[in-house]
Amino acid sequence: MFKKEIPTSNRSKVKSSVQRGLRQRLLEAYPGFEPYIEEIMPKKGSLEAVKLPDRVTLYTIDSIPLFFQPIDGPPIPHLKLIHQFPSALPTIQIDRGAIRFVLSGAALMAPGLTSPGGRLPEKENALEAGSIVAIKAEGKEEVCLVGTLKVGTEEMKSKGKGVVMDEGHYLGDGLWNMQLD
Amino acid sequence: MAEVADGPLEPQARHVVYCGVCTLPPEYCEFGGTAKKCEEWLEAKQPDLWNRLYSEDAVTANLSTLSLSAQERAAKDAAKKEAKAAQTEARDAERKAASKIQIKRVERNKRKHVTVIIGLEVFGLENKKLAKDLGKKFATGSSMTRSAAGAEEITVQGDVSEDVRDWLLEVHGDKVPRGNIELIEDKKKKKADAAAGIV
Repeated sequence: MFKKEIPTSNRSKVKSSVQRGLRQRLLEAYPGFEPYIEEIMPKKGSLEAVKLPDRVTLYTIDSIPLFFQPIDGPPIPHLKLIHQFPSALPTIQIDRGAIRFVLSGAALMAPGLTSPGGRLPEKENALEAGSIVAIKAEGKEEVCLVGTLKVGTEEMKSKGKGVVMDEGHYLGDGLWNMQLD
Repeated sequence: MAEVADGPLEPQARHVVYCGVCTLPPEYCEFGGTAKKCEEWLEAKQPDLWNRLYSEDAVTANLSTLSLSAQERAAKDAAKKEAKAAQTEARDAERKAASKIQIKRVERNKRKHVTVIIGLEVFGLENKKLAKDLGKKFATGSSMTRSAAGAEEITVQGDVSEDVRDWLLEVHGDKVPRGNIELIEDKKKKKADAAAGIV
């Protein structure tokens, strides 16, 4: 989604009523953030919206990116936020061989997840297509990609090939490298 | 994580160290294209982390998980990326050395001038912000404008070329080498007049 560098664009303050709504949306989408919400998004903090290409809006507080929201989708947390609160999102794991492709912006493919180095949730906790997941890598602690699943985890296991996520926010992409101050 | 069990009001944010060279978390430096530099940076700044990531055990553990051919491919890819990064850096440095910051004094009226500054963006300075700072510093109007060719320039009202040079060297001296700044007195009007006289 953010393969190219993002030019600095204008930002605007978000109305406090809109801010309350966003907060609600964020909590609905990610119950995992519930205990931390005061820290992430203080009630008094003034949220700013930065427009990104492709009709995506990035929300920041004090020049710290929090999450971005495509016009037709749920908010997705910025990787820096996920690094701070890694337990808030369901996480799956890719094998080592896939890291370099992910970090150069390729679409995530199923074999990287189904191979021995990858990890998918058990059947009881299966993730549906369309859910937002964080992806970490074999042998690493930090999350390297976040985005919307195109295929449910059970389907991945049965099929074992094809694109799993094609538009994500990965380490070192335009959004990551964006200068906000 | 176990932290969830703690009281919800405790600050729970994990503090993550990011590499000062490639901005990724250090464990991903090897994929960033500047692995050598990142390693040096980490060794100097975060010795604990460096020990954990670059000790021999860690390196061999990393390698053993991949098949041989995949390893080779990955290594090749990394080398290519590194070479590319080095190349862009060299080109950047060259461009920096070759380019000049021009501070022009342009006559606006018989005894009124504006100062036009061109070529700051090459040195990693942001025109828009700088324009504002200059305006504050000299208490004059100052704005980022676009020249006819579309290049960005800063126009400061009043003849402040000498002061701008001093200010640049003082505040952004780390980015701007002294030798690359040149002052120009624009005598466009006169030349134009002369040309008109000849014709």
